[in-house]
Amino acid sequence: MAFITANWNPLGEAFYRKIELYEMGWSLRDGLKDCLVAAAPYGGPIALLRQPQRPSSSARPQLEIYSSSGTNMASFPWKSGPVRQLGWTVCDDLLCIQEDGTVLIYDLFGAFKRHFSMGNEVVQNQMLEAKVFHSPYGTGVAIVTGASRFTLATNIDDLKLRRLPEVPGLQGAPSCWAVLTQDRQTKVLLANGADLYILDNTSCTPVTPPGLSPQACSIVNMAVSFSYKYLALFTDSGHLWMGSANLKDKLSEVDTKVRTPPKQMVWCRRPKSQQPSVVIMWDRLLLVAGECTDTIQYTLDEESVCVAELDGVRIVGGSRHELLQEVPSACQDIFKIASMAPGALLLEAHKEYDKSSQKADEYLREIKEQSVLGEAVRQCVEAAGYEHEPETQKTLLRAASFGKCFLSNYPPEPFVSMCRDLKVLNAVRDYTVGIPLTHTQYKQMTVQVLIDRLVYRKLYPLAIEICRYLKTPEYQGVSRVLKHWACCAFCQTGVNFLDDMGPIMSGENQTLHSTVRTSYQRSMVTYLKNEMNRGDFFMTLRNQPVALSLYRQFCKHQEQDTLKDLFNQDDDHQELGNFYVKASYKEKKLEARLSLLQSAVDEYNKAKNEFAAKATEEEMKLLRFQRRLDEEKGEALLGLSLQETLHALLTSNFHKQAEQLYRDFRVPDKRYWWLKLTALAEKDDWEEMEKFAKSKKSPIGYLPFVEVCVKQHNKYEAKKYVSKVTPEQKVKAHLAIGDLEGAAEAAIDRRSEGEISTVLSRCSPTTDRALLERLNRARSTASKK
Amino acid sequence: MSAHLSYGRVNLNILREAARKELREFLDKCGGSKAIVWDEYLTGPFGLIAQYSLLKEHEVEKMFTLKGGRLPAADVKNIIFFVRPRLELMDIIAENVISEDKMHSPRDFHMLFVPRRSMLCEQRLKEQGVLGSFINIDEYILDLIPYDGDLLSMESEGAFRECYLESDQTSLYHTAKGLMTLQALYGTIPQIFGKGECARHVANMMLRMKREFAGSQTQILPVFDSLLLLDRNVDLLTPLATQHLEGFLSIFIRYVKLPPEKFSAQKKQGEAGKDLPTEPKKMQLNSAEELYAEIRDKNFNGVGAALSKKAKIISAAFEERHSAKTVGEIKQFVSQLPHMQAARSSLANHTSIAELIKDITTSEAFFDNLTVEQEFMTGVDTDKVNTYIEDCIAQKDPLIKILRLVCMQSVCNNGLKQKLLDYYKREILQTYGYEHMLTLNNLEKTGLLKPQTSTRNNYPTIRKTLKLWMEDANEQNPNDISYVYSGYAPLSIRLTQVLARPGWRSIEEVLKMLPGPHFEERQQLPAGLHKKRQQGENRTTLVFFLGGVTYAEIAALRFLSQMEDGGTEYIIATTKLINGTSWIKSLMDRPEAQAS
Repeated sequence: MAFITANWNPLGEAFYRKIELYEMGWSLRDGLKDCLVAAAPYGGPIALLRQPQRPSSSARPQLEIYSSSGTNMASFPWKSGPVRQLGWTVCDDLLCIQEDGTVLIYDLFGAFKRHFSMGNEVVQNQMLEAKVFHSPYGTGVAIVTGASRFTLATNIDDLKLRRLPEVPGLQGAPSCWAVLTQDRQTKVLLANGADLYILDNTSCTPVTPPGLSPQACSIVNMAVSFSYKYLALFTDSGHLWMGSANLKDKLSEVDTKVRTPPKQMVWCRRPKSQQPSVVIMWDRLLLVAGECTDTIQYTLDEESVCVAELDGVRIVGGSRHELLQEVPSACQDIFKIASMAPGALLLEAHKEYDKSSQKADEYLREIKEQSVLGEAVRQCVEAAGYEHEPETQKTLLRAASFGKCFLSNYPPEPFVSMCRDLKVLNAVRDYTVGIPLTHTQYKQMTVQVLIDRLVYRKLYPLAIEICRYLKTPEYQGVSRVLKHWACCAFCQTGVNFLDDMGPIMSGENQTLHSTVRTSYQRSMVTYLKNEMNRGDFFMTLRNQPVALSLYRQFCKHQEQDTLKDLFNQDDDHQELGNFYVKASYKEKKLEARLSLLQSAVDEYNKAKNEFAAKATEEEMKLLRFQRRLDEEKGEALLGLSLQETLHALLTSNFHKQAEQLYRDFRVPDKRYWWLKLTALAEKDDWEEMEKFAKSKKSPIGYLPFVEVCVKQHNKYEAKKYVSKVTPEQKVKAHLAIGDLEGAAEAAIDRRSEGEISTVLSRCSPTTDRALLERLNRARSTASKK
Repeated sequence: MSAHLSYGRVNLNILREAARKELREFLDKCGGSKAIVWDEYLTGPFGLIAQYSLLKEHEVEKMFTLKGGRLPAADVKNIIFFVRPRLELMDIIAENVISEDKMHSPRDFHMLFVPRRSMLCEQRLKEQGVLGSFINIDEYILDLIPYDGDLLSMESEGAFRECYLESDQTSLYHTAKGLMTLQALYGTIPQIFGKGECARHVANMMLRMKREFAGSQTQILPVFDSLLLLDRNVDLLTPLATQHLEGFLSIFIRYVKLPPEKFSAQKKQGEAGKDLPTEPKKMQLNSAEELYAEIRDKNFNGVGAALSKKAKIISAAFEERHSAKTVGEIKQFVSQLPHMQAARSSLANHTSIAELIKDITTSEAFFDNLTVEQEFMTGVDTDKVNTYIEDCIAQKDPLIKILRLVCMQSVCNNGLKQKLLDYYKREILQTYGYEHMLTLNNLEKTGLLKPQTSTRNNYPTIRKTLKLWMEDANEQNPNDISYVYSGYAPLSIRLTQVLARPGWRSIEEVLKMLPGPHFEERQQLPAGLHKKRQQGENRTTLVFFLGGVTYAEIAALRFLSQMEDGGTEYIIATTKLINGTSWIKSLMDRPEAQAS
């Protein structure tokens, strides 16, 4: 515990501390020497462009991307033109700004995404300097050309180039410049010697910072704070001027006594800063100059880069990565030597309690007497958030939890959510992940964005774990992660998607499959909307049978037309045919319906499905026939099957038309006879039936005639046909009309045991005795045979 | 209510309890009074998990069926939608939510997706602008539902169609998940056998899931000794055949609707003066009912005998009252009365059902149909136009019946000659309408109908090797599983039987003729969980039918379980209980119906 204040340095009333975040995992031979470096805020990635040893040689510079802990994420030789500036976008894409004004965008893993140009003028005049800046509108780029003209793009995702007015008297690059966002406008602040100008869309206005020391001949460096509210100017006389960015107020001026122009200068503040400061870096020296004109000096033993953060400054060197920040007041209160703040007392009380010392009670009593126990707990919880070491966090949280025991009605939420936040933070700060977020930054950034960043780094399992741990609603959490993962896995063609599923499926995620399923669909839809051309997309799909079938399902529900295209692409003529058939049923107009069916015929022919093609043609023929008849005779036949049509025609006495259909469609005789027979029976047209029976030999025999008549309860008619029935069916025919004697005769004649039994089974107690006996006798003779 | 689940060798009540617990937890998440809006399809499966009383205990006061327009008025705090993740349902829900009366005291909306939530659905709700109205969106994983003491079903209707027609393997994933849940409750299953593409797929997923769960091994003594995964398309024949009693009842689907006139007679006897029921009576049939458990697996020709035996026992029991002499004896008799009366009323019900069935089974048409089926199964004239089918088409018998017969002929002949196939197809299209083109196409895609490609018909070889046809099937006192189809032994069950003894190695040749790979996998058990089998103790095998199982197959497996020298007891699981009609129906496409 005593060591906590060891790295504290006083600055005015406040303290500053420098803590080590990581020992860098990279092995750079010459540290950051001769490198272009860009490190993204919020613990983002670091990009290095190493210039070759001998610039004349053909060796290409090497572009490398690392996490904040120095883990390599990408590395490749730079093959495009000379790069002047590197920068990161708000969503962790790398911008490489070339001399000719071309900006190339790469993702975190060095994959090229796209490029754009900062205008034609740059091509001619070359670019001298460039800056990447962030504003509520996104990530912007500002450049100054060889012709001393500035060009701005406020948001690279919605590129609108703005050429700013000329600066009078400026030749070559200004001595220093910065981008400001004020009043929803992006402006450039530049110094030409001792003159300061503000450039906006329309004008160039000279400005004077209030109270700038007159000794200065030139402003050599300037820094704008993270929030664009404050400005710092460094003059060749070694003075540092601090004030508001609108140049209305001066905060203070410090004489650093160093006259060399600094390499880098950044603001170091935090929300509710007691003592904001500016960190100035020279070759071997790091100077922290506070408003109070106090300074702290650190020696630098290696080439470093400062990265401004919301609540401090990170210093990235060849071997170390450190965080310099003002000690938050909660931590000061607790850890300051001899502090009597409630939090400090509570911490002490808990320490004694752990030692089982009765002093714990004394401390507690003291806090309680002042009735500041709630305040003490709050302080401990808050301070835990600011501490980087898990051990210290735990100590503070334990003290808070201890204090909480003596409070009733103390809301548990702050404590619980702090525990959660810290667990998440410690996980992402881990060396292997390398995102050294502070609690303040995390809160500013939100969980959603953090998850996005993890996803972007392909740390899917961790992202899922965090979502689950924080119980983020699935829609925003786990599902979203999986969606991205699926998209990503899908994009890497050649990867068998489902086999790749393994590593992610750790844990018991139940929605995975459905999510993956929808993700597939979604990713594909996204794909379609994006640049990938549809043909390529379908071709990609082809190699993924599972994806393809799922996509088909999706289209079936959502996008019928895409489905058609998909079949087209695959030359799946059978399915295309089916598609047209289905579509034809949705059409109300007959002409449209027929034309769709014709398309189906064409497809079936291509699919060499002769049967289907022919059947479809016949259907078209039938539809045309039905329409004609509907128009001529006022029938309602359209849409009926051939059989139903025939039936309708026969029952309405259109015998000629029925005959025609029967011939045209080559209806088998048997079926036609059945059909006509039933139709005639249904309308009791017995005369016609008799004619029909005599027209020629029935292909279905005459038993159906009998049965149909019986079904219509006309035994009289039925009897007419019994005699025509074949001997095998005689018994059945007689039985059908209820003629037991006839049946018996027939059965005995045929000497069939089975048939005799059938007749016997139909006999009832009232049956004639003699008949029964004859039957029984005949049966026994038949069975003897 | 659920006692029947725990009678069996494997206590499936554990699974049901686990499901109930989760449901209770979800209901308690929504504090206060609630109304449930049901996706009607889900009421059946949920009925097997929780009765209304359970819901009532958790403050469910009203239940509605999901339909468009405004929700019925109900003075409750919460409205909970129980739905399947279907886009069309989302639109209905959106309509409900939007038309909710804003002036009225606001009600909280919750959503429970069964069995999985879907991002696509949530997206749809978002598009409709109602996603924000839901306080809670959750999923209720209902994979395997205990249906009976030895029967689990996923109640996933479209599984066969999705797998074999649309190559959508979602249901296989659910299957694998369900089996993982089962293993979490009943221990790791040491041996996995399988036949068919889908079986292979499920086994692969299970093995992978197991690898991923490697850290959390369940320390439960395995209840199941082995798992057999069977693809439905390995045995397409069985569901096509006409089956025995329970299969028959399944036409009424579990809840038998009995026409009131069948019951009036008994009601008059028993409770004179009581109003005659005018609505068809609904009965829930499972092994909770003693008599049903006894007769359900009988062949339709065996039911009569079983019922009459039972009737005699009951009347004999009633007769005992005359012989009861002492007060003690009378007391004993009276104490048995409720049970006997219940038995009598149950007998009456079943006799009515049996009568209904007998009307069908003894009809000539039924007999003809059966004869043709049996001809096909024994390989008689399967390569010619069948006149019975022709006649049935000419008389416009129900299409499904025709399709079943034609498919059966095709399966039994290992495909039909192109000319014959085209003839049938043309007959069907001309008679039933061109729109069935798509259905025929589907049947061809799944292999139920196919043109004969090779000259060799290997069905007879399969039939002989596996003894699929038994001439002397005894329907009253069965001694072989062939009783379930009056002679035909279901192929799937023969495979199961051979696997248990003597093993699949003896039928390699036949297995190669059937579609898809066959395989065996072993799952490592944690040390100390190896089962030491007692002498004479039966093995327990879980048979999972991917794409549906018929009641006849269930009956056959139950029969095998009960065989004294069988040595194996079977628990049955499936994606859906099917019968030939429902199965063929699921493969039909009705473009004209969708259009209107």
